[in-house]
Amino acid sequence: MAKRTTVPEKKSVDADSSEFKGLVARLTAAFGPPGFEAPIRAQIRDEVQSFADELRVDVLGNLIAVKRGRANSARKKILLAAHMDELGVMITHIDQKGFCRFAPLGEIEPLALLGQRCVFKNGTVGVIGRERKKAKSKEIEPERLYLDVGASGPSEARVSVGDAATFFGEVVETGNRLSSRAVDNRLGCAVLIQTLRELHATADDVYFVFTVQGHTGKRGATTASFGIQPDFALAVEVTEAADTPEAEIGSIALGKGVAIKIKDETTLVSSRVRELLIESARRARVPYQLEVQLHGGTEAEAMQISRGGNLVGGVSIPARYLHTPLPIVDVNDAQNTIQLLRALLAEPLEAQLE
Amino acid sequence: MLLEKLSNARGVSGDEARVRELIIDAISDRVDEYRVDSLGNLITLKRAATRGARRNAPTVLLAAHMDEVGLLIVHVEADGRLRFSKVGGIDDRVLPSKVFHIGENKIAGVIGMKPRHGLKAAEMDKVIEADDLSLDIGAHSREDALSVVQIGDYATFATEFARIGNGLVRGKALDDRAGCALLVDLLSEEYPFDLYGLFTVQEEVGLRGARVAAFTLDVDAAFVLEATVCDDSPKEKDVSPTTRLGYGPAITLADPTLMADPRLVKLLIATASENKIPYQVKQPMIGGTDAGRLHLAREGVPGVAVSVPTRYLHSPAALLSLRDYRNTLRLMRATLPRLARGLTPVI
Repeated sequence: MAKRTTVPEKKSVDADSSEFKGLVARLTAAFGPPGFEAPIRAQIRDEVQSFADELRVDVLGNLIAVKRGRANSARKKILLAAHMDELGVMITHIDQKGFCRFAPLGEIEPLALLGQRCVFKNGTVGVIGRERKKAKSKEIEPERLYLDVGASGPSEARVSVGDAATFFGEVVETGNRLSSRAVDNRLGCAVLIQTLRELHATADDVYFVFTVQGHTGKRGATTASFGIQPDFALAVEVTEAADTPEAEIGSIALGKGVAIKIKDETTLVSSRVRELLIESARRARVPYQLEVQLHGGTEAEAMQISRGGNLVGGVSIPARYLHTPLPIVDVNDAQNTIQLLRALLAEPLEAQLE
Repeated sequence: MLLEKLSNARGVSGDEARVRELIIDAISDRVDEYRVDSLGNLITLKRAATRGARRNAPTVLLAAHMDEVGLLIVHVEADGRLRFSKVGGIDDRVLPSKVFHIGENKIAGVIGMKPRHGLKAAEMDKVIEADDLSLDIGAHSREDALSVVQIGDYATFATEFARIGNGLVRGKALDDRAGCALLVDLLSEEYPFDLYGLFTVQEEVGLRGARVAAFTLDVDAAFVLEATVCDDSPKEKDVSPTTRLGYGPAITLADPTLMADPRLVKLLIATASENKIPYQVKQPMIGGTDAGRLHLAREGVPGVAVSVPTRYLHSPAALLSLRDYRNTLRLMRATLPRLARGLTPVI
């Protein structure tokens, strides 16, 4: 599953839906739990390198693709961030019979772990099992789960303590909706890549940053925003939809357009930025919804409090079942996000903020 | 032995001055520069040895925290008992019946427990919360108590450092005075690059010192020297001990604050193997160290933690093996010179 696939070479790419779905399929297929992003980074590098003016990888492993603005002294720096890591598990211990204990990497609903298959970078596959003895509690405790990699002792396991695995689940389409592993946040990465490909000229310098360790504390965004010192930073993420049966309170729905962040657990977005993004959505003639989340946070948090503070915002693609291995999203929402970003980047930031 | 002095010194988070003074005495003639920053971190710089120094050599940071967990006196009752608040993570179960030293004059106090005779059956199984405990210094009134202690005094476990068993030592605050002692030892060596030795404050209350110190330093690699959890007592289930006593330095791969830099991990393991130094991998995703802050400084710093396995952390008496201590020192001494050419960039 970690195989890299061929990328179209042509300079101008149509944003038609099948093309974009192909991109999503390639990105979600690549391996990359937090701290182990090398394979997904290589895949994204392939996808963007003929479209970026500069490409670099920083100390923590963030991939930074820069599109330079038209020569003009008043160029601003716009940072678009999407984390490229995905949910996973890390082996913490291998017992004498070859069973692997693990810790989650990122926030995973424990219930969703049971019965899953996990795959390591070297292709080793494990199935998650549960201690049956004294299983009184109906709650699943991650420390009572283990990975069965088919070994009968530690030496047969083909994996070691500290190795990380991710979940199975290739892209399955149902009309314009799709379910896949690693949607959080490869869909955001796909939006960034497609935006870069369709961006012919901009007034400002745009930094497309594919960050590491988003699931384990927004760490890549912390250091990248320090290095770039953006005038405006935008987190491109997925956000939990509340349109399912008996869902928690909320108004985000699949297929209703890009979500413009107003608030989540860690970030309050200024009204200036909210207006800027709503205006971009209007210019792009795409539907949008306003995002107020009581739980969760995005890399906007890390970018907002970097150095002396930054102007930040967030655009999010609605997704169901985010803290499980198989979220469902609507591709139209992602494509609308691309159109919003194109509209945003079409005009100089300074003029838009006036 | 410096470790003994450091272990006995008082230095609860926010009150690290005494420990800092001891360290300054020990390192002042081994480093080229040192300063104390606004939070109280001690930042020392040892310049590259002129012989063998390379151009474009990296700058390396070694860090250990000076503070220890303890108590802070917050209120004195009319009857002279002292109410306290915990500073850093202390399990309520270790508090009752322990002796503490309070303030500069080391006033002895004991955390009172009703004797067993008066307990009801239900009380016997209960852990008493810290808020319901108080320190008894033998005072008979508030006034009497306030003549020897003040609100805001810090209290430390009243444990004297001692050697026990075969090459083990026992003491309070080995977390992280062991790391401090290692760092002092490492500052005696010469290196082919500039080396910062950082002794941080307030690690136990949220890695605070490391956060600000890391901002002012621009380094290419960071090693945190720690005393880490060692829970190697027999267990019912075949689950990993975090580390094991006597099995050598514990290398952190990942914990809730850090994904260790794979290049540094590889270098440490290769060095250990080539030099036949025992080492162990710390069970991932447990605990957290100053490396969690240091590696996120500025544009990011490759970071890792190397620890001496230590039993009974955050209690009156922690226990470590001097052999593990020496092997940690050996591993760091052998590893550091290999950084002279810097690290291969991430691609």
